[in-house]
Amino acid sequence: MTPLSQLLPGQYGKLTSLNPERSVDQRLMALGLLPGMVLKLVRKAPLGDPLAIEFAGQVVSLRLTEAQNILIDVAADCPVQRPRPQA
Amino acid sequence: MSATEPSLTVALVGNPNTGKSTLFNALTGLRQRVGNYPGVTVARKSGQCDCGNGTKVELIDLPGLYSLSAASPDEQVVIDALSGHLAADHRPDAVVVVVDATNLLRNLFLASQLSELALPVVLVLNQADVAAEQGLKIDTELLSRRLGGVPVVLTSAWKGEGIAGVRRAIGEALVQRVRMPAVEWPALVEEAMADVAAGVAADIGRAPGRADVERLLFDSTTSVGQRLGWAAPRRDAVIRAARDKVRRAGYNPLAAEPLIHYERLRKLLEGVVQGGGNRTGGSAAVDQVLLHRVLGPMVFAGIMLGMFASVFWLAKFPMQWISGGVDWLKAVVAPSLDSMPMLQSLVTDGMIGGVGAFLAFLPQILILFLFVSILEDSGYMARAAFIMDRLFSWCGLNGKSFVPMLSGFACAIPGILSTRTIEDPKARLATAFAVPFMSCSARFPIYALMCAAFILPKYGAGWESVVMVGMHCVGLLFAVPTAFVLTRFVLKVKPQPFVLELPRYQMPKPRDVLWRMWQNAAEFVSKAGTVIFAITIIVWALSYFPRDPAVEQRIRANGDSVGAEVVAARVQAAYVEQSYMGRFGKAVQPIFDPCGFDWKITVGVLASFPAREVIVSTLGVTYSVGEGAKADSKHLQQVMFDAKWTEGPRVGTPIFSLAAVLALMVFFALCSQCGPTIATLAQETGGWKWAAISFVYMTALAWLMAVAVYQVVIRLT
Repeated sequence: MTPLSQLLPGQYGKLTSLNPERSVDQRLMALGLLPGMVLKLVRKAPLGDPLAIEFAGQVVSLRLTEAQNILIDVAADCPVQRPRPQA
Repeated sequence: MSATEPSLTVALVGNPNTGKSTLFNALTGLRQRVGNYPGVTVARKSGQCDCGNGTKVELIDLPGLYSLSAASPDEQVVIDALSGHLAADHRPDAVVVVVDATNLLRNLFLASQLSELALPVVLVLNQADVAAEQGLKIDTELLSRRLGGVPVVLTSAWKGEGIAGVRRAIGEALVQRVRMPAVEWPALVEEAMADVAAGVAADIGRAPGRADVERLLFDSTTSVGQRLGWAAPRRDAVIRAARDKVRRAGYNPLAAEPLIHYERLRKLLEGVVQGGGNRTGGSAAVDQVLLHRVLGPMVFAGIMLGMFASVFWLAKFPMQWISGGVDWLKAVVAPSLDSMPMLQSLVTDGMIGGVGAFLAFLPQILILFLFVSILEDSGYMARAAFIMDRLFSWCGLNGKSFVPMLSGFACAIPGILSTRTIEDPKARLATAFAVPFMSCSARFPIYALMCAAFILPKYGAGWESVVMVGMHCVGLLFAVPTAFVLTRFVLKVKPQPFVLELPRYQMPKPRDVLWRMWQNAAEFVSKAGTVIFAITIIVWALSYFPRDPAVEQRIRANGDSVGAEVVAARVQAAYVEQSYMGRFGKAVQPIFDPCGFDWKITVGVLASFPAREVIVSTLGVTYSVGEGAKADSKHLQQVMFDAKWTEGPRVGTPIFSLAAVLALMVFFALCSQCGPTIATLAQETGGWKWAAISFVYMTALAWLMAVAVYQVVIRLT
């Protein structure tokens, strides 16, 4: 289980848990992000934050701090990307 | 108007980015009215829609939203409007739900929530052309059947296709009143709702609506309780018990609603949508470039530079035409009033000048909103916010604060108006508060005058540039900590998560863009315009009266040896000196003495409160150069350079010392000297409270910093 904030761009996996007490998670659920659904980290913003995630045919942006508590079961067949060298 | 007003109202609701506004424009044509919902800063757009057979309805375009669980004022308005709790409107007779045909599942979540309101519904599947391009086939008949016979219409509002079908469907819905079937809740959840309803009824004496009950049960933050007048201790106990029941049904109470609705929708859409593969493909390819680590910020900088250059430079031409037109009108009108000098001055300087004062802002507003509309409608605005968010999030603002703050460097008014694009009310207010600190183009003349007259001759061009750049940064330096303190400690609103959809790219529709430019300009003229006009008249009166003819006679008697122009300038200076404004300036000069301002500068400062650029011409008047003085006037520069204190402890020393010059510039950089800005702040924040706070705060800060600069620099030089 990996926090969404630690996924690499291009990686995807099943959403294992959300915390409905948090307003971010409530918003994401309203957009159709429910446990068990596959979501993908599309990219990070040029300054590393926020993130762009894709699920159910849409792309949504959220901040790193908001993605810390969203846990993902990263799929085994993910394209493994080398982390970019930090500039 | 009220006689012909249609008595039937229909509300238009839908997710953001569904083309809802384009559909609204198509349905109502240009017969629209824009106002505000009382007490909140949410725009109320309505228009007349012809549904055929002579039926005309009032169509209300409600703010776009994803869910009924209200977090923002916009969302609260939608809930209140649909349940008939707004003082201004009665409950709508029907609802048109606009959904994006390319993402039915997510879009229908809102529709499914709305089904609990038991209103007649028309479902519009918009952007059908894009869905067809993506290879999606939607069985509208099957969908309609599954939704209990609600009319389902396929449209492409952008292309104008299917609009007649929507009109017809609204007409039918008003007659046949077909409602969407409500959700089948699990038995225990149903029981929990009944418990809440019973609790409300027992405490306030009337049964609540179904939608209210659901908000109370499912939302951790809802204002429905307050609205119903259901007091906290009892309310909390009832809701806690009801939520325990939901838990026993196997659902987290705060997650139950989306889980159950989406489960329902998944079954409902089985067999309705066929085909379609890569729904985000095209936009993803564009994002490869526009959100690229290196290219993305470069493209962004290019677009913003183009926008800023247009607002800053391009607007100058129409602004010159407007000021030329105002001068022409003054020249045409003035001779016919020669016999009545007071009326002549009132009409030319007061009234025509007052109209010119707010018309001058229109080019900048129109140009900025041309860009803002294109950026929003194309889908790029969300990307711009995505790129910039990191730079703003730490001080409580967000990526969408960038465009307003950048345009503030040209003019605060369009900047404040463009904060409407920020959904989070806290970030919106903080951004609107920060925008007037940006060094707008009206501050430029005083910087230019001071630099040309004092910095350049004494310290050279190098220091002149340093001072110029420095002055443009002073405001930003204070705006950022101000926003930080405001969002962190003053505004006690819960911060909103920055969950932002990056929608599909789309070509903006010229009609929508032009219409939005026009609406913003019209609203500014009708609301802020009247305030600006009034302020101009008041300041005119203060600097015109009292007007004792003896003053003029005395000067004319002594001024035989000099030319008529010099005499006229002296007469004007003498009149201003003994006007209410002049007397007031002399009376309050001691307040500005610690900043190193003499009474002439003080009068200039006071007269500049409605519009700061007035300082140059006022200094022209008080220093007897004439009111036509411009920043590059060598005469004015020389007179000011030579001006010395004639009394007090500093007698004989130059008034415009380095300390006084820097203090004056810092004062103008920070002070809230712009009537239109104050009026616009009041318009956009829903009252005079924040406008007053901004005025007092900026003015006090300006005075403090001017004193600090003067007192420090005078001791160093």
